[in-house]
Amino acid sequence: MATQTQPPAGTGTAPALQRHRGFFEVMQDWITTVDHKKIGIMYITYALIFLLVAGVEALLIRIQLAVPNNTFVSPEVFNRLFTMHGTTMVFFVGMPILFGFGNYLVPLMVGARDMAFPRLNAFSFWISAFGGMLLYFSYFAGSGLYGAGTAPDVGWFAYAPLTARVFSPGHSTDYWTFSIFLSGIGSIGTALNIVATTLCMRCPGMKLNRMPLLVWLYLVTSGLVFVTISPLTAAQIMLCIDRYLGGHFFDTQAGGSAVLWMHFFWIFGHPEVYILVLPAFAFANEIIPVFSRKAIFGYPAMVAATVGIGFISLSVWAHHMFTVGMGPGPNAFFTFSTMVIAVPTGIKIFNWLATLWGGNIHFTVPMMFSIAFLFQFLIAGLTGIILSVSPFDWQLGNSYFVVAHFHYVLVGAILFMIFAAFYYWYPKMSGRMLSNALGKWHFWLFFIGFHLTFDFMHVPGLMGMPRRIYTYEADRGWGFWNLIVSSGAIFQAVAVLIFAYNLVVSYFKGETAGPDPWDAWTLEWSTSSPPPSYNFAVIPTVESRRPLWDLKHPEEPDSQYE
Amino acid sequence: MSTAVAVPHQPVEGWHEPSRGVVGMVCLIIAESAIFVIFVVAYLYYIGKSLTGPYPHDVLELPIFATVCLLSSSVTVHFAVHELRAARVARSAWWLAATVLLGSIFIGFTAMEWYQLIYHDGLTIRTNLFGTTFYSLVGLHASHVIVGLIMLGLTLIFAIAGKVTQQHAERLEVLSLYWHFVDAVWVVVFTVVYIVGR
Repeated sequence: MATQTQPPAGTGTAPALQRHRGFFEVMQDWITTVDHKKIGIMYITYALIFLLVAGVEALLIRIQLAVPNNTFVSPEVFNRLFTMHGTTMVFFVGMPILFGFGNYLVPLMVGARDMAFPRLNAFSFWISAFGGMLLYFSYFAGSGLYGAGTAPDVGWFAYAPLTARVFSPGHSTDYWTFSIFLSGIGSIGTALNIVATTLCMRCPGMKLNRMPLLVWLYLVTSGLVFVTISPLTAAQIMLCIDRYLGGHFFDTQAGGSAVLWMHFFWIFGHPEVYILVLPAFAFANEIIPVFSRKAIFGYPAMVAATVGIGFISLSVWAHHMFTVGMGPGPNAFFTFSTMVIAVPTGIKIFNWLATLWGGNIHFTVPMMFSIAFLFQFLIAGLTGIILSVSPFDWQLGNSYFVVAHFHYVLVGAILFMIFAAFYYWYPKMSGRMLSNALGKWHFWLFFIGFHLTFDFMHVPGLMGMPRRIYTYEADRGWGFWNLIVSSGAIFQAVAVLIFAYNLVVSYFKGETAGPDPWDAWTLEWSTSSPPPSYNFAVIPTVESRRPLWDLKHPEEPDSQYE
Repeated sequence: MSTAVAVPHQPVEGWHEPSRGVVGMVCLIIAESAIFVIFVVAYLYYIGKSLTGPYPHDVLELPIFATVCLLSSSVTVHFAVHELRAARVARSAWWLAATVLLGSIFIGFTAMEWYQLIYHDGLTIRTNLFGTTFYSLVGLHASHVIVGLIMLGLTLIFAIAGKVTQQHAERLEVLSLYWHFVDAVWVVVFTVVYIVGR
């Protein structure tokens, strides 16, 4: 039976008693902090700013494509827009937001006072932040010849030999290379911290099979980061050697192979999307049980499925290369492995459904986003299976069907769960609840916009519309569908603005949140909102997977059943 | 709403967790290994594909002595850790010095080999695929050796200055893990470049 320990009086109480601090003092505090909570918030804020910027880039793309033969932007600008949109969203929105939540939550959830290496944590954030600044500096600092101007324009995957010095003179490609290289160093540092914290700093009693599932998923994600980001780093070093030292890694004139870049990039690129999606699963694993008032169904299977997804994701990369001519053997192998990865993913979906089944469901805003996530992720997975069949991919590869598929995952699954995580953990981070009414407006507008855009985007893909074209002829029949797709973007933009407004206004005027507004069960809800800088006055001990349930229900603790 | 918080707390017997430094270094080693794997794959893929010479069998000689030096330095650093754990700081410093010396000999041999290749055999990073992949892979390894030598050298300086004590043994062990990794990578690079690729 767990006993309660009251921390010394005066800890974690209202901030009204703090003395007024000057602006520069606050700035210095945040810039020099090694506190995982502050670093997490900086990561998240930084990512939100880039979300708005990359969102504007998307809007510009959609305006250009809304009608045939449009001249809203030139082809050169269009190339930069989709390159920057993709690069920003993956590396400077997706990764920072997910590492931000991980940084904030993992130490709290394992009962630790900070990450294993706080200074490395700060270093990782600042070097990633610098990477993002460097990428956008390219808009101002461009140099190079006609047509090779400012921001990178080679696609977010920067295929060779387009990136060779002769085809991309100037420095735009180098901004792509170096900014991502720096952000990769930051990602490896944060992943190292998460693994070390998880393995070495769990509070007493928290055996590995008693950790919250979020911590498990971040552990697997971090392991993936080590073997995923490094291939990209290696490939980028090779690209720089080619561009500046006269190397021939990807130089076909000297016997090199441009396809080798594709292999190296996608050996990074595919597991990268699993790095992006596993934290979304982590949020679902925490949020869905709390609002179903049931423990997650099948905890061991969830762990095993996650580890399985991690391993299999390293074996599917060439499904991005079916049209390159690898031959029937490799094509068949990668079709098979891509289909196999659906099995552990399906296990997770079934377990979420089984958690909901028979539960007492509360349709709070985080739960609404989570339920949308469930069926949107399923559809995204199904279009992925369609694409995994290599002959079918020969028809649909490089078309808007692929764009629709991956945005269905990235936006429909990952971004929806990120929104859910915001509404769920904002009270903990700030001490205020986000406005429920604004949250519902955000949800429904975004939901309508998402489906208008990405459901109908599959149709031009099926009709043959290729990716990365800056305009198209009117007689293709694509114009009608593109107009609908673009109209959905407006709804999403409005919804995101409402969300941003909600974040800011609720900080000042939101309802005060106590330590545990959602009646949840993991250790972060045992601290005040926001937690004190040391997290726990007394390091907790746990006896089950839901330590707060045990505290609140001493007559029927989980430790009796586990 | 009450702001008092309740934290579950019961005493727990026998709670052991691994060392943070060791786990952190293992993670770094995994990540660095993945980088090396990609360069090794590129090297293997491009064996025999250079359009022009010089070719590996023309210009490469087995660096036996340098390899023996580097691998021995793993043994010496192991003893350095062992002596520091036993609080014999002076002996540990001698073993560290031996490690730094052996590692420096390895780098010296690499430098002499590269001088020969560049100025007498005409092989540079831009000459052909062999040149590109050779200098990248061996150079990446050499840069990791240099970083390791800097760290070991700093430790040696601190030891000579009397700042290193038995309490630092675990940190030296973490550094020695990095050094063992560098040696293991050399075994792979040596096999791929000087045996398989020739």
